Amino acid sequence: MAKVLVVTSGKGGVGKTTSTAALGAALAQMGQNVVVIDFDVGLRNLDLVMGAERRVVFDLINVVQGVAKLPQALIRDKRLENLWLLPASQTRDKDALTEEGIKSVIADLKTKFDWILCDSPAGIERGATLAMRYADEAIIVTNPEVSSVRDSDRIIGMLDSKTVRAERGERVEKHLLVTRYDAGRAARGEMLSIDDILEILATPLLGIVPESQDVLRASNVGCPVTLNAASSAPARAYTDAVRRLMGEAVEMTVPVQRKGLMDRLLRRRAA
Amino acid sequence: MMNVMRLFGGRAASAPVARERLQILLSHERGRTGAPDLLETLRSEILSVVSKHIDVDPDKVVVRMDRGKFVSMLEVDIEVPNGVQRSKMVAAT
Repeated sequence: MAKVLVVTSGKGGVGKTTSTAALGAALAQMGQNVVVIDFDVGLRNLDLVMGAERRVVFDLINVVQGVAKLPQALIRDKRLENLWLLPASQTRDKDALTEEGIKSVIADLKTKFDWILCDSPAGIERGATLAMRYADEAIIVTNPEVSSVRDSDRIIGMLDSKTVRAERGERVEKHLLVTRYDAGRAARGEMLSIDDILEILATPLLGIVPESQDVLRASNVGCPVTLNAASSAPARAYTDAVRRLMGEAVEMTVPVQRKGLMDRLLRRRAA
Repeated sequence: MMNVMRLFGGRAASAPVARERLQILLSHERGRTGAPDLLETLRSEILSVVSKHIDVDPDKVVVRMDRGKFVSMLEVDIEVPNGVQRSKMVAAT
């Protein structure tokens, strides 16, 4: 049974697109058939983070408007054959995205894929509400920072009221994904801790992705971090998160960076 | 020194890759102000010419693009059934 998952946050710049790419790739690496959809009409970026920006021909709006068929608009990942991208349109015509149109695209995708990951735009406007509209589950990406936590709370409220599931009296299963986490700073009381965030948002934790240079490096080269640096701390965090999504019981830890040769040499000399 | 660092770090710098990818992407996007870009125009005109002569099944058309730094590739695969119907062409004249 296909699952529709929205990756959302309210606030911009917290890592929705990066996380969508990493989670999508991690699911595909585990053999699942995955499509990631960019809902950020006018400001698409999932194609860039996935390294498919040169190959975009059609987009979500073309499919909704009937200009292109769904299979023509889907772009297959060059590294994982069971990972696909449906890009957003670069034009500003946001009104072209209709609820009915999205409904039929998602219904169509459900027959072909195991997982449909919807990368939400920031904000609480139309694009964000459409991205979450047909979701079965939601991943709320949060940074350990006051404005991000506040906006996540707002989005959680919307997931409980504005989705089709909520309107039917059903539940959208919600998962919290904390990104850019620095355990050291949290321990020193300089950053909200995981416990603080969980207490405030009262939403089950899916994973903790540590702040890491591997994330920037992955987007620089257009390759999801779970593929580009599979053994890095953020990649392990995303992979653990995906295993939890698939129902596995995985102990919750903050993966730490394994030090390189240079770091170890320098540290030894310093000690 | 940078190379020595890379040797020990075991990784090449990724920023130059990011820079090049952005340059290629933006050079295509900036030219597009309002009007559809060349590849897009070519694609739709090729399809309209072909569909004057045969009934093109949209499901049997594969369009691929690869936007490069110096040249771009447009690949249009159109499945033409044997015993092509020419009725459309007659109707058009």
